[in-house]
Amino acid sequence: MDKTASNYFVRATKGYFKQNWGILSALVVMCTMFSIFGSNFLSGTNMVNLLRTCATNCYLAIGVQLAIILAGIDLTGGALAALSGVMCVMTFEKLGLPIWTGIMVGILLGLFVGLINGLIITYTGIHPFVVTLAMQSICRGAAYLIANGSPVTTTNKEFSAFGTGSLGIVPYPVIYMVIFLILDYFLLNKSRTGRHIYAVGGSETAARFSGIDINKIKILVWVISGVMAGFCGVVLAARLSSGQPSTGEGYETDAIAASVLGGTSFFGGTGTVGGLIIGVLIIGVISNGLNLMHVNSYWQFVLKGIIIIAAVYFDMLKQKKQNAAG
Amino acid sequence: MENELLRMENIVKTFPGVKALDHAAITLHKGEIMGLMGENGAGKSTLMNALGGVFPPDSGEIYIEGKKVQIHNVHESQALGVAFIHQELALEPYLTIAENIFLGREMKVFGMISKDKMAEAAGPFLRRVGLDIDPNETVGRLSLGQQQMVEIAKSFSLNAKILILDEPTSSLSENEVEVLFNTVKDLKSQGLGIVFITHKMAEVFQLCDAVTIMRDGTYMDTLQSANCNENDLISLMVGRSLGNYYVRSFNEPGEVVLEARNINAGKRVKDCSFSARKGEILGLYGLVGAGRSELMQAIMGLDPMDSGKVLLNGKTVKHPRPMFMQHEGVALVPESRKTEGLILKNTLAFNITLPVLDQFMKKLHVDKDKESSIISHGMNSISIKAASANVTCNTLSGGNQQKVLLAKWLSTNPKVLILDEPTKGIDVGAKAEIYTIINDLAKAGLAVILISSEMPEVMNMSDRMIIMRESQITGEIKHSEYSQELILKYAMGVMKNG
Repeated sequence: MDKTASNYFVRATKGYFKQNWGILSALVVMCTMFSIFGSNFLSGTNMVNLLRTCATNCYLAIGVQLAIILAGIDLTGGALAALSGVMCVMTFEKLGLPIWTGIMVGILLGLFVGLINGLIITYTGIHPFVVTLAMQSICRGAAYLIANGSPVTTTNKEFSAFGTGSLGIVPYPVIYMVIFLILDYFLLNKSRTGRHIYAVGGSETAARFSGIDINKIKILVWVISGVMAGFCGVVLAARLSSGQPSTGEGYETDAIAASVLGGTSFFGGTGTVGGLIIGVLIIGVISNGLNLMHVNSYWQFVLKGIIIIAAVYFDMLKQKKQNAAG
Repeated sequence: MENELLRMENIVKTFPGVKALDHAAITLHKGEIMGLMGENGAGKSTLMNALGGVFPPDSGEIYIEGKKVQIHNVHESQALGVAFIHQELALEPYLTIAENIFLGREMKVFGMISKDKMAEAAGPFLRRVGLDIDPNETVGRLSLGQQQMVEIAKSFSLNAKILILDEPTSSLSENEVEVLFNTVKDLKSQGLGIVFITHKMAEVFQLCDAVTIMRDGTYMDTLQSANCNENDLISLMVGRSLGNYYVRSFNEPGEVVLEARNINAGKRVKDCSFSARKGEILGLYGLVGAGRSELMQAIMGLDPMDSGKVLLNGKTVKHPRPMFMQHEGVALVPESRKTEGLILKNTLAFNITLPVLDQFMKKLHVDKDKESSIISHGMNSISIKAASANVTCNTLSGGNQQKVLLAKWLSTNPKVLILDEPTKGIDVGAKAEIYTIINDLAKAGLAVILISSEMPEVMNMSDRMIIMRESQITGEIKHSEYSQELILKYAMGVMKNG
């Protein structure tokens, strides 16, 4: 039993490297470069910082990746995080309710917006890009309106600990990230729902003929994505001790970049949690490393844009090769 | 003959694994409407595609107005005056009538496209087909019949002499058919030659001067429609020698497992009733578009059912849902393996296990042993040829993909197996293998429903046959009564007993 288990582990690890060697080597090259040219890149404090930045991106990326596996997209993330953060802080600051209700409100708001996205996408047939882009605008507007244009601040220590505290040297947000990644792994690899997600993304018609309730799957994916955005908003608010309507601008770009870097195809039907982790790490390392090297942060936007195009193009070449084989 | 417009002789065309045309021929004169008939797959469209430059023939001669010509592509064909109006119209829905007529040959004034000039130029062509509509109207807003007229008008602007219409009435209303017929007769009097591909007997006698019959890619005969009747045509269309690769051992059928009563679903299924028995292969024949797939999809709950009753083992299923029907042992192997059947970019293993995940995935635990036993059982029981279960399906041949599709649905352990065109587009060897599998399944006591548009296939493989035509079941025949003539009569609406 032990032997077969370890054999399985060896095989799985080998498979992982074989599948992801491209981006893994990119990650290693980047880390090497930054540790040579940027001071302190490899220091313990910086590593903790790095992981902390990765965490918030990762929450969104988990949802966005699921949407991309369905051959869709979710652009609501950043704006929804802002709205959830504002609502969360308002709940206990302005209404005087306990902290945990604020956290719940933030997450449930994410769930609600995700549900609306899912229902519209499923029952109107409007492309997810359009629906979630519009929803992004709605959420951003609502966040400014509710917060009256300025940050809703809090001095509550308990709440800020939710985003800034740590267990030993590991920050809470990183622990949340690990938990979510494990749940995501089980969803995609060990559950029927996960297989159904891959099936619907691979071919909606074939999935329907296989008896899969495709509407249910679609709604579920955008709901998960909404919940993750809501959670992201709460963590951001806790870290900043305020719900800021302007926060999370462009976060969806990072989430998409992490997904496509991790080998999730825009054609749908493919994408792994293992790949996503590397994608998230690469995006994190780029921001962190360039900051250490004192590169103007605006360059990061330019660089991420280039990375998305390159990664998607690489995926298209791969698809073409596959289609030619078939 | 002096006014001979077109003569095609000894046309041969081979596709991988199939001889689609085997010394096919047709002759057409000026001012003649020539019907072109034959069973599904007889080669009618392929012959016309050879003329239209869509699939240039491997060998054979084509003469236009007595001159021998070579046609390699659509452009050369158009330049020779051939216009092919396909079943699926090829118009741009968001452009105007005039813009569609002159698509790719836009008229310009000072280097700018001139809508006025094109609209003016389109006028005479539209009048010739009797279409009295503003040439600046958007094509998407026209009825299908009017769109067809626009296509014909477009062919005039290309100086067409030969007009090919591929089942032009299949999606038209009765009024539109009448308009079309009047236009076609008018064009005939203007001296055009028209090839009219059709499945409908009535149209041949109503419209065509003569009719050419094809069978198995070969020219059979050309008859003057005034001097023949329906039976003459049918006996020319069938009567082929049946291949001997069918495997069938007939057994005594058991009790009724699946019964459908008065099913109505959308436009394609009207008041259909039938029953399927244990150990029996029920054939479902009909021409393409008769509503066969739609009937089965309604029964499975894949498409909404407007009214009717589905009974499983005598018990009514209130609202059929795909998952529920699968659990109750009804499996539908859909027609198109590439879009409906398989997820091509995924592996064999993924596809085979997709309908039965609940057998080995429970509470976030995957029973790997069970999973691999389902996969290997599926692969071995019908001998799929693949390097491993982890190759993606798009690397397999059509025949092997079809077998994966069968394995996928057999993994659900069905009691009723509905097969929609299970041998479509696969080579003869794979066909024989599939027939063996189907026969074994019936022998093992499954109720098999075999949907097919290949008559020899249904005749040889089924114990009983129902025939659909235009959304309805028009006939039911016992094996002892099978005859190609009888079946075609039901399928073409000459006869009805259902």
